[in-house]
Amino acid sequence: MAEVTAKKVLFEPIFNNNPITLQIIGICSALAVTTSLQLSIVMAVAVSLVAAFSSFAIALIRSQIPNSVRIIVQMTIIASLVIVVDQVLKAYAYEVSKQLSVFVGLIITNCIVMGRAEAFAMQNSPVMSFLDGIGNGLGYGVVLVFVGFVRELLGSGKLLGVEILPLVNDGGWYVPNGLLLLPPSAFFIIGLMIWGMRTWKKSQVEAPDYKPAAHKVKEAF
Amino acid sequence: MWEHYISLAVKAIFVENMALAFFLGMCTFIALSKKMEAAKGLAIAVILVLTITTPINNLLYNLVLREGALSWAGFPNIDLSFLGLLSYIAVIAAIVQIMEMIMDKFFPALYNALGVFLPLITVNCAIMGAALFMVERDYNFGESVVYGFGAGVGWALAIIALAGIREKLKYSDVPEGLRGLGITFITVGLMSLGFMSFSGITL
Repeated sequence: MAEVTAKKVLFEPIFNNNPITLQIIGICSALAVTTSLQLSIVMAVAVSLVAAFSSFAIALIRSQIPNSVRIIVQMTIIASLVIVVDQVLKAYAYEVSKQLSVFVGLIITNCIVMGRAEAFAMQNSPVMSFLDGIGNGLGYGVVLVFVGFVRELLGSGKLLGVEILPLVNDGGWYVPNGLLLLPPSAFFIIGLMIWGMRTWKKSQVEAPDYKPAAHKVKEAF
Repeated sequence: MWEHYISLAVKAIFVENMALAFFLGMCTFIALSKKMEAAKGLAIAVILVLTITTPINNLLYNLVLREGALSWAGFPNIDLSFLGLLSYIAVIAAIVQIMEMIMDKFFPALYNALGVFLPLITVNCAIMGAALFMVERDYNFGESVVYGFGAGVGWALAIIALAGIREKLKYSDVPEGLRGLGITFITVGLMSLGFMSFSGITL
């Protein structure tokens, strides 16, 4: 990225440089909290806010941070912000915070936050870094909400707790697919989503490590 | 007594596998499982760090942060548990740094093999996750040693298995869009499905 424009910084990470499907960062929490749409949305908002404000704060003091201790400084800033998020969730949305359990705390080690602080906020102005944090949070949120949508709709026939597909148990017609509420399904959904995205945007396809030699008919004779 | 510890270890390794059941440490898990050598180095580093940091965080929680834990210092009403996240990550970062220095000084061969992976471990969610689970489940000191070690072994097992699969997988003809990251996710999904067969076991 040679030129840093606000629009580019904000929207690039959503599809073209998505943190999860292309940069391979921030996957841990993306998989664990997506059993319901509500949790996915809360998590996406929390991560966006932490990423944006930590990038902003780090960019503000970027020229004062000695290079040798920068990781610790970044960690401290991020951890303080995560504590704020954790306490707010505990105070105003206790049920949600119980369901998210350790994953709120794990925002600290979410590579999106650290990765953007290290890769972007250390070189750019505070406002740009703030937008970059929001943009990457959005990119992360898009994946999270998509996976949460699929898992909750097909796994329990509901969206945000409202019944969409009437279940067989309650006299409806939909037999819920229990697999979608279990851990492995998240991997399959993200894998398939990556496939879809790369079919759409061909430039993201990875080069093969090994190519079988072309078959030559002549050698057989 | 021993039975309790053994069942805790088995639970941490297989039933509640850090990588495949809780998705912890996924970033490094996916990014560094391409080569067997790298996977092995990382696996050993994670076991070491987890076995050391989980008990230390346990002591920190029980002696300083927990509600009423400071009564030995004359402050019975103080509850510092909101500082938990900050202190655990500080402990982890510090221990990783100290381990790096000790290894550099006394075990240069080991340092050369693992050195690159150690800084990565600080941001590995598995380490932080183990600390948080330890607090949530209220383990005592002995249990936290066993849990830390078990969680490390479980994670190591998963990454070595995945690296083995990916080394073979690179010779197969994967559809274009699925190549690389996509097929890795699906492989991990299948592994996770396999590990779920342990989930019915109650110890």
